[in-house]
Parts: sequence; C-alpha cells; structure tokens
Amino acid sequence: MTETKKIATRESYGNVLAELGAQFPELVVLDADLAGATKTAVFKKAFPDRHIDCGIAEANMMSVAAGLASAGMIPFASTFAMFAAGRAFEQIRNSIGYTGMNVKIGATHGGISVGEDGASHQCLEDIALMRTIPGMVVMCPADDTEARKAVKAAIEHQGPVYIRFGRMPVPVLFDEDYDFQIGKGSVLREGRDVTVIANGLCTASAVEAARMLEKDGIDAEVINICTVKPLDEELVIRSAAKTGKVVTAEEHNIIGGLGGAVAECLGEKCPTRMLRIGMHDRFGESGPAAELVRKYQLDAEGIYKQIKAFVKG
Amino acid sequence: MNINTLQAVANEVRKNIVTAVYFAKSGHPGGSLSAAEIYTYLYMQEMNVDPANPGDPDRDRFVLSKGHACPGLYSAMAERGYFDKEELKTFRHLGTRLQGHPSMHYLPGIDMSSGSLGQGISCAVGMALAAKLQGKTYRTYTLLGDGELEEGQVWEAAMFAGAKKLDNLCVIVDNNNLQIDGTIADVNDPYPIDLKFEAFNFHVINVADGHDFGQLEAAFAEARETKGRPSVIICKTVKGKGVSFMENQVGWHGSAPNQQQYETAMEELERKGETA
Repeated sequence: MTETKKIATRESYGNVLAELGAQFPELVVLDADLAGATKTAVFKKAFPDRHIDCGIAEANMMSVAAGLASAGMIPFASTFAMFAAGRAFEQIRNSIGYTGMNVKIGATHGGISVGEDGASHQCLEDIALMRTIPGMVVMCPADDTEARKAVKAAIEHQGPVYIRFGRMPVPVLFDEDYDFQIGKGSVLREGRDVTVIANGLCTASAVEAARMLEKDGIDAEVINICTVKPLDEELVIRSAAKTGKVVTAEEHNIIGGLGGAVAECLGEKCPTRMLRIGMHDRFGESGPAAELVRKYQLDAEGIYKQIKAFVKG
Repeated sequence: MNINTLQAVANEVRKNIVTAVYFAKSGHPGGSLSAAEIYTYLYMQEMNVDPANPGDPDRDRFVLSKGHACPGLYSAMAERGYFDKEELKTFRHLGTRLQGHPSMHYLPGIDMSSGSLGQGISCAVGMALAAKLQGKTYRTYTLLGDGELEEGQVWEAAMFAGAKKLDNLCVIVDNNNLQIDGTIADVNDPYPIDLKFEAFNFHVINVADGHDFGQLEAAFAEARETKGRPSVIICKTVKGKGVSFMENQVGWHGSAPNQQQYETAMEELERKGETA
C-alpha cells in the first residue's frame, strides 16, 4: 500500500465512466446541471451523444433513468448526494427500487467534506435512506482504486446501485490488483484488541489511527467496508468475535449508516461493545473540508483519540 | 376496428371496472370510467402491442401515470387478451397479479410500475428517449390525471420532453375535472392545461369529448404525424362516465359500490350494451 497520491473519488467516477464507455455501449450518463462538479463532464467529452443533461430537475432525472433502464440501457444518474438520495428519495424508491430497474446512482459530494458550501449541501443521511430500499446495493468507496472498481462492478451488477463519492482528495490505499467484490469487505490491518470498520474518507484516517494506537500498545484491526448493503456480515462477526470491541467510522450521521448497519448485525448475531464515530445527529457547517473533518474528529487524530478512549474506558 | 365495435368494447371495459372494484371492495372507479374510451382506443386500435409477446423490445409502451386508475387499464388489457376477464375479480386481493396500483413484476404487459403521481410521465419520457438513443421506432404513451398536473415533476418531465424534442412521446390528460378534495379548479387550478403544455414546447391537441371515438381517432392520428416535438392530447371527460350515480360525483374517486349499487350499475351498462 502506498499513500503518495491523493484523488477525490468524484474524479475517479468521471474518469472510469469515460474509460468504460466503449466497453459498455448501453451505458448512458445523466446529470442535473452539475456535470462539472460530479465529473461526468469527462464522460460527456468522450461520449457526447450518451450524456444527457436533465437540467436542475432531479426527480425527473431519476424516473427518466428508470424509463431508459426499462428499455435495456444502463443509466448512471448523477448529482450531489443531497439531491439524489435526499430530494429524489421517493423517485428512487418507487421508479427505481420498487421496479428493480438497472439504474446506477452516482452521488457525489457526500458528507461534510463538501466544505465551504455548508450544511445545505452536506448530505449525512444518504446511506441510511438508500439502505432501507429493498434490493438497493449501497457503496461508499474509500479511494480512487476502489471507486473505479466499484463503478465497474455496479455496471456488471443487474439491479439498482447507489454509490457515494467524495469531493475532497483522499489517499490512494488500494493497488490495481485489489480484488473488489460487491458485498465483500477487506481487512487492511490485522489486530487483536479492537476492530475498526470504516469507509469513505474515514478508511484512510482509520489506517493512520491504527498506526498511532500501536504506540499506545493497542493492536487495532482495520476493516474497509465499501458495500454497506449487502453488508459483509461474516467478516464483521468474525472480527468482532476476535477482538470483542468494534468501532465504526464514517462521514455520515451515526444513525442509520455504516455504524447502524454494523450495530444491527452485531446486535442480533454477536453482541459486542461498540462505538460509532461519525456525525452525532447534527448538521454540518461551512469551512474548508480538511478543517471540518478535523473539527468533527473524522481525521486520523480524531479517530485515534476516540478509539483510545473507548478501548481504555 | 370500427367505431361501433370500439363502443361495445368500451362498455365491456366499464363493466369490468365496476366488477373489479366491487369484488375488491375498494379501488378507484371514477377515474377509470372517465378513461374507458382512452384505454379502449389505445389497446384495441392505437398501440402496436401483442399480448402473446409483452416483452417485445419494439412494442409501443404505455405508462399509466395516474396509476390508481388501473381498474380501467386491467379491464382493457383483459379485453385485448392479456388475461382472462375472470382474473379481474382478484383485483387487490392477496396474491393477485392485479395490484392496487400497477406493478410490472406482477403482471406481464405492464411496462412500468406506477401509482406515485408525477413519476409515470418521467418514466415514459425515459422510454421515449431510449428509443431515440437506440434508433427504434416504437412510440410511448402515458395517461395522466388532471389533478396529477399539480405534481411539480409533471412539469419537470414536460420541460425535458419538449427540450429534447421527443416526438415519439404522446401524453394524454384525462381532464375529468375532479380530484379527491373537489374540482381541480377549486383545489389548485392547473388550468389552462393546453397553454401550459404549449409553453413547454408540446403540440397540443384538445379533444372536446374524450368519450367520442371519432375525436380520439383524429387526435391520435394527429399526434403520430407530429414531428419535432412531443404531443399532448387533452381529453375532456366525465368522471364516473357510464354509471349514472357515479357521474361527476367526486365521492366515487376511490370507493367501491355495495351490492345493490353494483347490480344497478351493471344493469345500466348491460342496457347500454344492448342498445349500442
């Protein structure tokens, strides 16, 4: 693993769509006047006839995507997480989820790392919302490699998929030979004392936090869970049974997201002491992304401190 | 199919509607009856569909955006041969293929699940767009209620369809003038409907009597011939049409007849069938 490069996963999204356009002729990309920000403009440049700007009308975009999918196309509907999972929730639920349409939702600008735009644009609820829709696959990649592989896996998966991408550049964690599979987590570091389960930008923070914990004599296991649904329960339970303590870390409300999914699983199948790191049922605010991530203790230092207090407490 | 035959089928569709809703003890007869001729014309005359091959990629598509009016859709589909009329008596029952609002997973021939108002037209727009992208010649039809026009998504869809010049899309509005809380003018007044669609770059066809097959025939022909922009056919209709005590009565939007009312309605429709 290397941590030399930093890339925002929204960049990975736009790049991989353009890469895959030739291989998958059914692939079409829809956007809602945000092609520059969601990075689907990269695809638009390569395949102008297969990029459809729906304008600032997300509800219509989601149902149009369903209509396209019903005729055999593979649409990626792109906008910010807030306006995909948030504004168009019911269109996703009824036009895409209930029908089981083969629509992929590429939601960028998830979480507080949106930065200066502030709380109105910082979606902290999308994973929870999307997770409750039957049949919906929900993913939150941790880096460039995983984001690109998740998009390809989504195309190859038959059925609705929600993928959350970030605006802030994050370290590249995975090598090209990473065997990504929907529904499979990966152990980034083995440990005995505590399990740390993370996704999105928190994965890199968790890896760094684990190194810091080592100096305190705490041996942390770090697991990356890109697919929040279906959750890799086997991996989660195996690690929880080994360490007896589980921490989740995500750029999302601690209610209903990764922490919620892990708590549901362990509560029923392997009751374990838990700590959920994330946004504590509150909205974000304006500020530079890195400063917000620090303030809300989602950086390595913040996650380290919270895990240390939990393990010692 | 000549007009007399179409009228006879529409009368059968009405009997089917009343029967389905009676046996379900719930459902939406008013807005199904108002569109009986529209359903009949689409399924018996206008659309290129084959009940034996409901998944044909080149078939014309239909999306019932006003999904609650599915007793009418199911009734016309039964007349077209998609399934036996007896099955209409299972409407809304546990285990039925005839769900309370149309579901494509339950019943072959339903091109899109619907029921949440405003979404069906967008799905239809997506189907029409797919035909353009794939170079296919099928047409897409979608039926909206006039109350449904109060949903903002309808106008998002209309703006998009107009902007993308989807001339393979035909929107039909069942303008029966009533919604659950009263007349559409009293509740939130979507009038003038024609000028609104025109402003969104639609070719507008006003049908003065949506129960007249001659007028429907001319309207659908005009829509098919219109190039460069989508068409909307706005049909003036009577909610509950064909059952005297249901006509223009808002209370019949979403309630089922009791046994006596059922028998009265069926007798009326039988008599109409005989005189037709």
